[in-house]
Amino acid sequence: MLLNRDIMNDNFKPANNVVRFIADQTKQRRNKSNLRSRLFRDKVTAKLMMVLTFGFLLSAILIGFGLYMRSRPLLEGRSVFELIMSTGWKPLKHQFGFLPFIMGSLWVTALSVTIALPLCLMTAIYLSEYAPKKIKRIIMPMVDLLSGIPSVIYGVWGVLIVVPFVEKIIAPLFGVYTTGYGVLAAGIVLSIMIFPLLLNVIGEVFNTVPEDLKNASISLGATKWQTIKFVLMRKSLPGIIAAIVLAISRALGETIAVLMVCGNIPIIPRSVLDSAYPLSALIANNYGEMFSIPLYESALLFAAMILFVMIFLFNALSRLILIRVERRII
Amino acid sequence: MRKTLRYLEEKFFKILMHISSFIIAGCLLLIVATIIVKGFSAFNLDMLTKIPGGGFYIGKEGGILNAIIGSLYIAGGASVIGLLISIPIVVYINLHIRDKTLLGNLIRLGYDIMFGIPSIIYGVFGFTIIVYLGMKTSLLGGLIAVTFLIVPIMVCTLNEIIRTVPTELSDALYSLGTTKLETARVIIKQIMPGVVTSFLLAFARGIGDAAAVLFTAGYSDNIPTSLNQPAATLPLAIFFQLGSPIQEVQDRAYAAALILTVIVLFISITSRVLGKKLSKHSIK
Repeated sequence: MLLNRDIMNDNFKPANNVVRFIADQTKQRRNKSNLRSRLFRDKVTAKLMMVLTFGFLLSAILIGFGLYMRSRPLLEGRSVFELIMSTGWKPLKHQFGFLPFIMGSLWVTALSVTIALPLCLMTAIYLSEYAPKKIKRIIMPMVDLLSGIPSVIYGVWGVLIVVPFVEKIIAPLFGVYTTGYGVLAAGIVLSIMIFPLLLNVIGEVFNTVPEDLKNASISLGATKWQTIKFVLMRKSLPGIIAAIVLAISRALGETIAVLMVCGNIPIIPRSVLDSAYPLSALIANNYGEMFSIPLYESALLFAAMILFVMIFLFNALSRLILIRVERRII
Repeated sequence: MRKTLRYLEEKFFKILMHISSFIIAGCLLLIVATIIVKGFSAFNLDMLTKIPGGGFYIGKEGGILNAIIGSLYIAGGASVIGLLISIPIVVYINLHIRDKTLLGNLIRLGYDIMFGIPSIIYGVFGFTIIVYLGMKTSLLGGLIAVTFLIVPIMVCTLNEIIRTVPTELSDALYSLGTTKLETARVIIKQIMPGVVTSFLLAFARGIGDAAAVLFTAGYSDNIPTSLNQPAATLPLAIFFQLGSPIQEVQDRAYAAALILTVIVLFISITSRVLGKKLSKHSIK
């Protein structure tokens, strides 16, 4: 048996070797071409991905540029300053003053942040420092879920609840008659819309404050609130500012909900009970159906450009601060 | 004396915190409660199954099937296109550009900023593109605008998720001799739950956005059968009907708002549950 197998092996050795050799050769060749094709595919997809990445970013610049080009007819013979600072809005007489709209945007935004900030700051502190895990586990998902609710729903809610509330309860307190549609209603609705954003960003900023710092303060005999006041808040001040700026830019761009409750009268608001007409509402109300009046389209695109530039700057500012906050911690 | 004072201060602010947490939670609950109560009383099955009949806008019968289908088309289509665009972008940002370089930071900053650009600007931009291409307001126009809105959202959420993948995984892959493309394939399999979640969140965002489709998708009482036809969308259906002076039509707006809210909440909850379920199988 033993002998037989040896002979068998000897007999087959050359053949085996040849087979193995040929197999190796083809395998190597296949590997080589395989490697080449793998590298080729890698390179091609890398280029494609690069083009996509930069191409999409480029579209942001394209938007700004496009808005500028389309609003140029309006800018001929009028300076930007003049357009921004004048008040008359009579498209038929070629009179375009954007001040009422800009002021409308600013009033509504400022009011909403003023309402939302203290509430969100307090809640964020509560959630990060005091709240038991159970409550945290209920509130945070709820806030996240509600951040997904469409703005038109907030608008419907505003019309149903906030506007009557302002008309029937708030206005009589001051002895003023209003329809309820105006800065206050828009501010309240907007403030609720920016709750999730503020809570999330401030919460994240609080998370970046090292536990050791807080412990050090507590071990020195400070109360929890003193620790919050002197350590947590002070340490996360830049982050809170970034959150505010982010909330401002979000509020500036909000359209449908504001449009539904702000009253849409192009005057400069003098109190929170007056009507307002923010930039975004101006665009949404009139764009797409105004080609019969010359320069009107230009004017609306100029409004869009003002909005775009403001939001772009605010966003860039807050993101830069946030990047810094993150890096300082790491 | 000082001691009691600072404890009093703490007590005071603690009460304030409870109140503000209560206000925030209360507002959010109040919104949902209002929509459900108002919408439920005006809701009937015709809303879901019929397109607007003759005289729908003066309070006669019909439903908003056209808007529901239009919204699903636009949000669904835009989410799929958005995913196809944003996955390569995220892979490029995370695998091909080294972290913490100037270029990488700039690109991230750029996408963060685009995330913050409001939908109305994308709507205006979309409309300009449509006019430039010589088209009319249509399903395609809505798709373009919503895709522009969605891609930055997807890129930002996917970026966050891809960062949770341990670097050991890609190190191991590279040491086995994989190319970047092959590494990307494995990593995407690893973050699949995150991809599903971000897809669903983007879908929810797309279905609820009114300003982007306001100028681009148009409005029609029929269900669109091709990309060139105008399409109704749910947020606009709510918006237009609420503006009507007729009570029946307004009631329908509340019912439509209920439908939209239910869709959005359903998607958000599904994405949460699904994300948890799918992440069971990924390596930690």
